[in-house]
Amino acid sequence: MTSGPSPCSCDINFLSTGESLCWGVVRCFSARAGTKISSWSLASSTQASCSDLWPPEESPAGEFKLQECRAFPHLLGARRPYSSATCPDPPKGGILRYLCNRFYDIEYLVGWSAKLRYRNLRRKNVYYGYTKEIYGDNVAAAYFVLSNRGRVRFQGQETWFSVDWRGKYSSDFLQLRDVPVVAIDLSGSVLNYNGLDNLVKLTALRSLDLSRCPHVDDWTLSRLHVFKDSLEELSLAGCPQVTERGLACLHQLEHLRRLDLSHLPSVPTPGLIRILVEEMLPQCEVVGLAPYSGAQTSRDGREEPGVPSGARKAGEIPA
Amino acid sequence: MIRAGRLCRGLGRPRPLPLPAPAGGSAPRSRQLRTGLPQRRDLFRDLEKEVVKFQKKLKESLPGSDWDPMGTTKGLPPERADVVIVGGGVMGWSVAYWLKALEPRRDALRVVVIEKDPMYSQASTVLSAGGIRQQFSLPENIQMSLYSAFFLRTINEHLGVVNEPPIDIQFNPSGYLFLASEDRAAVLEENVHIQRAEGAEVCLLSPAQLKKKYPWINTNDVAVASYGLENEGWFDPWSLLTAFRRKAMSMGVCQCFGEVTSFTISSREIMTPEGELTFSRINYVRVHMPNSLEYQPVECSLVVNAAGPWSQKLAEMASVGIGPPDTQEGIKLPVEPKKRYIFVWHCPDGPGLDCPMLVDTTQAYFRREGMGGNYLGGLSPPEEEEPDIQDLEVDHNFFQEKIWPRLAHRVPVFESLKVKSAWAGYYDYNTFDQNAVLGPHPLVENMLFITGFSGHGLQLSPAAGRAVAELILEGKFMTINMEKFSFNRFVSGEQVLERNII
Repeated sequence: MTSGPSPCSCDINFLSTGESLCWGVVRCFSARAGTKISSWSLASSTQASCSDLWPPEESPAGEFKLQECRAFPHLLGARRPYSSATCPDPPKGGILRYLCNRFYDIEYLVGWSAKLRYRNLRRKNVYYGYTKEIYGDNVAAAYFVLSNRGRVRFQGQETWFSVDWRGKYSSDFLQLRDVPVVAIDLSGSVLNYNGLDNLVKLTALRSLDLSRCPHVDDWTLSRLHVFKDSLEELSLAGCPQVTERGLACLHQLEHLRRLDLSHLPSVPTPGLIRILVEEMLPQCEVVGLAPYSGAQTSRDGREEPGVPSGARKAGEIPA
Repeated sequence: MIRAGRLCRGLGRPRPLPLPAPAGGSAPRSRQLRTGLPQRRDLFRDLEKEVVKFQKKLKESLPGSDWDPMGTTKGLPPERADVVIVGGGVMGWSVAYWLKALEPRRDALRVVVIEKDPMYSQASTVLSAGGIRQQFSLPENIQMSLYSAFFLRTINEHLGVVNEPPIDIQFNPSGYLFLASEDRAAVLEENVHIQRAEGAEVCLLSPAQLKKKYPWINTNDVAVASYGLENEGWFDPWSLLTAFRRKAMSMGVCQCFGEVTSFTISSREIMTPEGELTFSRINYVRVHMPNSLEYQPVECSLVVNAAGPWSQKLAEMASVGIGPPDTQEGIKLPVEPKKRYIFVWHCPDGPGLDCPMLVDTTQAYFRREGMGGNYLGGLSPPEEEEPDIQDLEVDHNFFQEKIWPRLAHRVPVFESLKVKSAWAGYYDYNTFDQNAVLGPHPLVENMLFITGFSGHGLQLSPAAGRAVAELILEGKFMTINMEKFSFNRFVSGEQVLERNII
């Protein structure tokens, strides 16, 4: 089937359901081994409109990797996409992988589902410009954090604003227009580089918890330099995409006093990196990155029992 | 029964299995009951297997002979293509990728990328230090670099392929640090002003601030420094090249390893107000196969010159620059190969994790390489001392005499270091104004240039590739306007100078 202009390619859609089903089945099973076939001529729409990439609101066509297709985890084999082993061989098994290699349609469907996932991520990290205009930077940042199921604390307040189990939160924070935000807890959220647009104007931020964020990578870390005058505590525990190269750009955070780097799977030599980070930030206490897993040593050599990062709240120093 | 069996074997169908004799009785077996569907064998697959077996037998029967009557030459480019990209470096593959990405229909354009060296042993891309910076003085360069940084950040969205592992270009966001002495301080500040106007995050540092941030720098004769805070650093050029290649090939770009030896050109003379000009068109590209006398003339409608240091030679095949010196035909493409060295050394007490790509007042540069106390760096020699471009041999004296003293003056810890290795690569140096040449030639109608980047090509490759692809598909630049970089400036003599060349 050639991918001609759209009126011609719709011909096949006008067959009755029964006929088109048979046609699809026959085409599926009569193909030569090793060739990819497509039963419909929808092949044309894959490199779909690469409309304005710049500024980066839309994403161009791009096919996504199968490993991140969460709908079929059991078919993908037990391989983590962001493990520290660079480029392991993809596992041989998987029905979806076989179907992808054989049929264009399935490959494009997987590609589209990946694009949809990127679009969702972008939607969750969108710039809250309207809120910023009306309510100011601090309230917009708080709104962003609460929409992503995080917690936020303002200056002078003891309690955190957070979401309940249903995802609802009170709108009391809207009253605090000019009160700076001092602590943000976005652990486990889908924050990425674009989402930091909402947080970069917070000049009084003292504590930032980004543990277990799957989309925080080296590029995101390079943006944290805006907090160099105020940030005292930063947690990157359990972020799978953070590598030692991103840690190198944390040297700008001069006031940093506590840096949590436990359970970073993409850092290959934790002991060495710990020494280098400690040299780079002499006044900062680096937690995690022990040469052997399980124990976390603090600066004065005391052994602390391994505390999972989720159990520790931002702003609290473990006993 | 037996007849049916033979028939079934001949047709490739399995014999219908007889039912087992019913237990406890001798009821006559009258008719076979086939309960399963016959296994359908594919006629074509079997034929293919037979042909392969025949070829193997033929090869065995002619021992020691290369003659293969059934074989065809592998690796020939197609006889006809729409766009032929000469040069398989990062520029060529970037154009190929963008041509496929910006054109929604899959087989609308047939794109062929021709690369003469399958090992990439002399390619500038893979020998590059891999830095990306926004600290240029020309707004178009800054815009291109910002776009390329965005592209690299979202590389998996752009170049991710289904079923392949995620692309990791190993980006180090450590930034570029430019140092300036008294006489160049004003220029640096002006550049920073331009860069910030374009949206680059760059900050100025005084010597005191510099000393506080990087205590290992000797700030004796430094008047001011500029540091790139975001989107600057270095990455692995090979990963970017492979990612472009893999994605472009998955979208249908044809790759061919061969050397372009000549073009078949048709030309006509046209009388213009400036005089009589010869407009020509490339009809065929003759591609020679490596280590062989075979060649293939590829009929094409557009040729993209992405040959890097060898672009001038390729342009001369299309008669660019061959003609009387003061005519338009006589203007050569002013891109020449210049050899540059990179040295890798080990210094145990050197700058730590926060070491940026430091560019000294003397134009020597170095950066951290890995985590083990290794650094790499180099220097662009002045015009009079350009090394010989015949081969890529490294002159170790150059490090001893030129680079080491400058670096040791700037970073006192580097007084004791040990050189581990070195390599050399070519810059596709634009001798006219050290900036890119992008766009068509005024006389050769279907040749487009994407060359002349003079050492900062890798970091501008996604943006430049996109610009040329837009030019081919839409006829004009859509995202960043790069009219300034056209070939016409060589004709009119206006230089588009870039002040920040390393």
